[in-house]
Amino acid sequence: MAALSPSVFPDSPQWDGAGTSKIPFAVYTSDELHRRELDRFFYRKHWSYVGLEAEIPHPGDFKRTVVGERSVLLVRDKQGTIHVVENVCAHRGMQFCRERHGNRSEFTCPYHQWSYTLSGDLQGVPFRRGVRQDGKVNGGMPADFDLKQNGLTQLKVACRGGVVFASFDHDVEPLEDFMGPAILHYFDRLFDGRKLKILGYNRQRIPGNWKLMQENIKDPYHPGLLHTWFVTFGLWRADNKSELKMDRHHRHAAMISTRGQSGKAEQVTQVSSFKESMQLQDDRFLDIVPEAWWGGPSAVMTTLFPSVILQQQVNSVSTRHIQPDGHGAFNFEWTHFGFEDDDAAMTKRRLRQANLFGPAGFVSADDGEVIEFSQRGFDSKPVHRAVAELGGREVGDTDHMVTETLIRGMYRYWREVMEKDDETGGAA
Amino acid sequence: MKAAIDPQTWLELTQLQATYAAVVDAADWDAWYGLFVDDCIYKLIPRENHERGLPLATMDFESKGMLKDRAYAIRETLFHDPYYQRHVVGALRVLEAGPERIVCESNYAVFRTKLSELTTVFNVGRYLDTVVRTDDGWKFAAKLCIYDSEMIPNSIIYPV
Repeated sequence: MAALSPSVFPDSPQWDGAGTSKIPFAVYTSDELHRRELDRFFYRKHWSYVGLEAEIPHPGDFKRTVVGERSVLLVRDKQGTIHVVENVCAHRGMQFCRERHGNRSEFTCPYHQWSYTLSGDLQGVPFRRGVRQDGKVNGGMPADFDLKQNGLTQLKVACRGGVVFASFDHDVEPLEDFMGPAILHYFDRLFDGRKLKILGYNRQRIPGNWKLMQENIKDPYHPGLLHTWFVTFGLWRADNKSELKMDRHHRHAAMISTRGQSGKAEQVTQVSSFKESMQLQDDRFLDIVPEAWWGGPSAVMTTLFPSVILQQQVNSVSTRHIQPDGHGAFNFEWTHFGFEDDDAAMTKRRLRQANLFGPAGFVSADDGEVIEFSQRGFDSKPVHRAVAELGGREVGDTDHMVTETLIRGMYRYWREVMEKDDETGGAA
Repeated sequence: MKAAIDPQTWLELTQLQATYAAVVDAADWDAWYGLFVDDCIYKLIPRENHERGLPLATMDFESKGMLKDRAYAIRETLFHDPYYQRHVVGALRVLEAGPERIVCESNYAVFRTKLSELTTVFNVGRYLDTVVRTDDGWKFAAKLCIYDSEMIPNSIIYPV
């Protein structure tokens, strides 16, 4: 009797042995698995990006954002210290702060006026001692009601180079250890202590699993192929010098490239869309001026797992915050910035080059589109698998871009964490 | 400056707006940039950035050449799921009126229809336009599309 073919909808991802070069579609299609990812990657043992110090320059400034799918407030208190607190009232669980940014001396939930300090401590609750009427006290909180036990959930905070990270897990390793030395080097190269200047935001909702955005920036196979614009106008060239580096867990990565400068079309590319004669009508889109802090590389794309991508593409710099929303979608928030010592021409240049990126970008718009249609493929047949075998089946740093090693590395880490038996405990 | 214009100018302005909507909905990108002067500005800006004084725009073009480059990218380089867009533009409100230059605004809603999909509301906002009189009729010197839509549904390929 012939064996039954497996269901199109398996109960869990079926990996092919211990490797990660074949990725089951089922890692992208399950709400249950997604919740486990939130627990294990976003709520325990990891740091998540929450914003830039320059977004909250003054005492009382706050910004509402998320860690994973939990609403949090990034706030600077009266002494200038930065806190991150969960935007869930201790009383009735209301996400009380509805503005996305502003300035406050305290947080008050509108429902029953419970009020909190900017660091999340409960200051007072109405009618705590009851209401006196006709010589007796009605109601009130129990005598043992303790303000200290009823604050907002406070996250652990780490600031480095003007970037703020937070974790619900107060036992998380130090941020520097979390990144590891190789990745920290590229982080510090971009965020070297200069004050940042916020240029603005772009927000898009991409109907695909959040991991696909990490993978997109761990995939140097696609830029010269999907992003025809890069190739057509000579920004992506086969003679670019490249390196790929990971942390020791293979969860974070940096794709480092230095633009090739010489040669004609046929020598520098093997990609058919390169048109050396093709010129921009207005070449200010690519008015590239090398900056001292680059120290060589003209593009470094860093993925910090799980929550953020740090972009340097020539003069355009941004953070891209991955905000999951269920297994099949995420919000993607771009914060473009410059540095305090930029002159007006450099600011203008960064804004012009921002046309390449974001939800309408000459190159980045493609990425959202392909993620959407990968997700469609996954959802239609979770029993199948994707292939990530360019450059072999191993995981390791390389001095070229012709490999999917970073994706294999990320899934090696994913399996280590996700296939462990259930952990108990963890953060509030 | 008085914000009053004569009926003939009003007619010409409303025709310019109607033509704009018609050409972008027809995906006629050459006609689209033909409605602008050479030294023009076209921006698609989140309302948040606009109101907070943040300069970043989702599309940020500052010459007709850049508009031509966008047209080329749409046709030749940008991979995207094909879609129709359909504009509904509200009445013009004239903010400043001179003999050669008029500033006006109008609300817009853009619906998107993808193949085999339901029609959805894609992008909603207002145009803030500066139009100037040329030998070839009224043209846009600046078109700011300031959108309320908090989330772009994946990507925006065509000019709004």
